[in-house]
Amino acid sequence: MINLASRDIANGLGRYLLTSLGLGLLIGVTLSMAGIYRGMVEDAKVLLHSSNADIWVVQQHTLGPFAESSTLHDDVYRGLRGLPGVATTGNVTFLTMQVKRGRDDVRVMISGFEPGRPGEPTLLVAGRPLTHLHYEAIADVMTGFKVGDRVRVRRNEYTVVGLTRRMVSTSGDPMLFIPLKDAQEAQFLKDNEAIRNDRNRLAANSAFNRPGVPGLLAAVEANQFSNHNVNAVLVQVQPGWDPRVVADNIKRWKYLQAYTSGDMEEILIAKLIATSARQIAVFLMILALVTAAIVALIIYTMTLAKIKEIAVLKLIGTRNTTIAGMILQEALGLGVIGFVMGKLVATLWGPYFPKYVLLLNTDAVLGFFAVMMICALASILGIRAALRVDPAEAIGG
Amino acid sequence: MDGGANERSPAIRIEGLTKRYGEGPTAVDALKCVDMVVYPGEVVGLIGPSGSGKSTLLKCLGAVIEPTAGRMVLGGETIFDDGWKIHDLRALRRDRIGFIFQAPYLIPFLNAIDNVALLPMLAGKSNSESRQRAGELLMALDVGHRGEAQVAELSGGEQQRVSIARALANKPPIILADEPTAPLDGQRALTVVRILNQLAREYDTAIIVVTHDEKIIPTFKRIYHIRDGRTVEETGEGREVGV
Repeated sequence: MINLASRDIANGLGRYLLTSLGLGLLIGVTLSMAGIYRGMVEDAKVLLHSSNADIWVVQQHTLGPFAESSTLHDDVYRGLRGLPGVATTGNVTFLTMQVKRGRDDVRVMISGFEPGRPGEPTLLVAGRPLTHLHYEAIADVMTGFKVGDRVRVRRNEYTVVGLTRRMVSTSGDPMLFIPLKDAQEAQFLKDNEAIRNDRNRLAANSAFNRPGVPGLLAAVEANQFSNHNVNAVLVQVQPGWDPRVVADNIKRWKYLQAYTSGDMEEILIAKLIATSARQIAVFLMILALVTAAIVALIIYTMTLAKIKEIAVLKLIGTRNTTIAGMILQEALGLGVIGFVMGKLVATLWGPYFPKYVLLLNTDAVLGFFAVMMICALASILGIRAALRVDPAEAIGG
Repeated sequence: MDGGANERSPAIRIEGLTKRYGEGPTAVDALKCVDMVVYPGEVVGLIGPSGSGKSTLLKCLGAVIEPTAGRMVLGGETIFDDGWKIHDLRALRRDRIGFIFQAPYLIPFLNAIDNVALLPMLAGKSNSESRQRAGELLMALDVGHRGEAQVAELSGGEQQRVSIARALANKPPIILADEPTAPLDGQRALTVVRILNQLAREYDTAIIVVTHDEKIIPTFKRIYHIRDGRTVEETGEGREVGV
C-alpha cells in the first residue's frame, strides 16, 4: 500500500520543511527555556559542589549565606574543630560587586577563602593556586580575565594567578577568589571620608575619649575599623561520620545553624530559585500551548487544502483510518523534523546566552515525547475536518 | 433500446428510486420514482437542466447517498431496497463503481501510475499486481509513457485519461462519468467519448455519462432525460419511448 503521508510530504517538501523550520524555532525556544531552568539549578549547585564542604555552618536562624545574610565571627571554627567527627574547617566570605576589566564592568561574586582549606577552588584550567596571603586572585574564565591580568577590588589591585571554569554564583555571576583577609577587608572597608568622619565622631564622644584612659580611643577605633567576620564556616567530616549527625551536634552545642550539603542544595533550589523556576514553568506551559495551537492550525490548514482530494479518496473507497493515518503521520512528521531543528538551534544558540544553558538529554527525550503528544493531539482538529468531508463533494452539482 | 443488450442481465437497474430531502411540509423530492436500466458494454447519457436531479441520481447510483425509497440492483445484487441498504457502501464504491469527474481530480501527490494503482491497493491487491494493472490501463489509454509523471506535469487531456484508467482499475461493472468532457474542446471531447465507448465494449462495463455537452449527446444510443426528478428514456435520434 502506498504511504499517502510520505507522498504528500514529498510533493510539497519545501513548504513542509519551511513549516517544520518555523515549528523548530518555537521548539528551540521551548528547549532553551528548559535549558535555562536547568542552568539555574546547575549554577546554584556548582559552588556547593566545588567547595568540598560536607556541612555549611551559618548564623543561627538563617538560611545563609546565599538565601539570607549570615555573619559569624572568624574564630568560630576553633570551637567547631573540637567537635567529634569534624576533620577540618574553612572560613568563607561572599560579596557581589562590579569590577573593572579594561573599560568594561564585570559583575562578579568575590569569595574569600583560606588556601588549603574547604572553600578553595580545586580545579584550575590555567595558572596555579594562591601562594601568597594577599593580592593574588583566581578568576573564572567567564570574567574575561587571563592569567597575569590585574584586577582592582576596592582600593587594592590583585594579580590573576589561576583560572577556573564554570565557577559561578547562585545567580550566575562568575567567581573571583581572593584570600580571606583581603575579602574581609573588601567586604567591610569604608571609604576615607567615612573613616575620617567616624574617627571624629569617636573622638568627640566623651565616653570613648576620656582624659584618664589614653588607650581607650585607639582600642575602640581598632575594633571598629577592622573586620573579623565571615559569612560561613565550611566543615569537612572525618571518614565514616554521617554529616547529618555532625551537623546536629553543631546546632545543639554551638548555637549555630548547620546545613549538610544536601540541605543547602534544597535551600538553593527550593527557596532561592523557586520563583524563577515557577516563572519558567509557566512560560514553558504557555509555549507548549502555543506550539499545540500552531501545530493544530498548520495541520488543519494543510487538511483544508486537501479537502477535494480527501473527498475523492473517500469516494473511491479509502478507509477513514487511512485518511486519519495520513494526517496523523504528517503531524508527527512535522513534530519530528521540528524537534530535530529545534534541538539543533537550541544547541547552536545555547552558548550565546549570558547565563548557563544546560540542555540535558533526558529533557530532550521528554521534550520529544511531549512534541509527539502535542502533534498527535493537534492533528485531531485536522482529522475531524477530514472525516467530516462528504464523499459527495467530489461529485458536482 | 438496443435489442442485443436486452438479452443480457443488466449491469444496473433502478426501480421507483425516490430521494427526499428534509421532512414535513418543507420536504423536497429531488428524485420521484426514477427507473433506469443499463446493460454491460453500454454507454448511456443522462441529461437534464440544472436542478433537475442529475447530481442526486448520480450520487444515488454511486452509493454516495442513500435513496429514500425504491430499489437499486447492481450486477444482480440488491444494493438499496426501500430503506434497506447493503452493509459496506465504501467497499461497494471501491470495488464495483468507477468514477470519472468533470475535472480529473487526481491525487496531486501521487504520480500517474500510483493514482491508478491506489484503487487495487485499497482493495487489497499487492503493490506489484496493482502497478501492473495500472500500467496496462495507462498503456491502453495511450498514456503509458507518462506513468511516472507527477499530476502537475500532465496535460489536461492526459490527466483525464489517467482518471479514466483509475475508474477502470478495479474492473467495476459500472462507471459513472460526471461531465467528463466539460473542460475539453470539441475534438478532444469526441475523443473522450470514443475512448469511453471503446472501453465499455472492451471491458464489458456499463458507463453512465452525465452531460450538458451538445457535441457529444448525439453519440449516445440511449439517453435518459431527467426533468423535475423524473426520467424519460430516448433511443436513437431523439425518439421518446419510455416513462
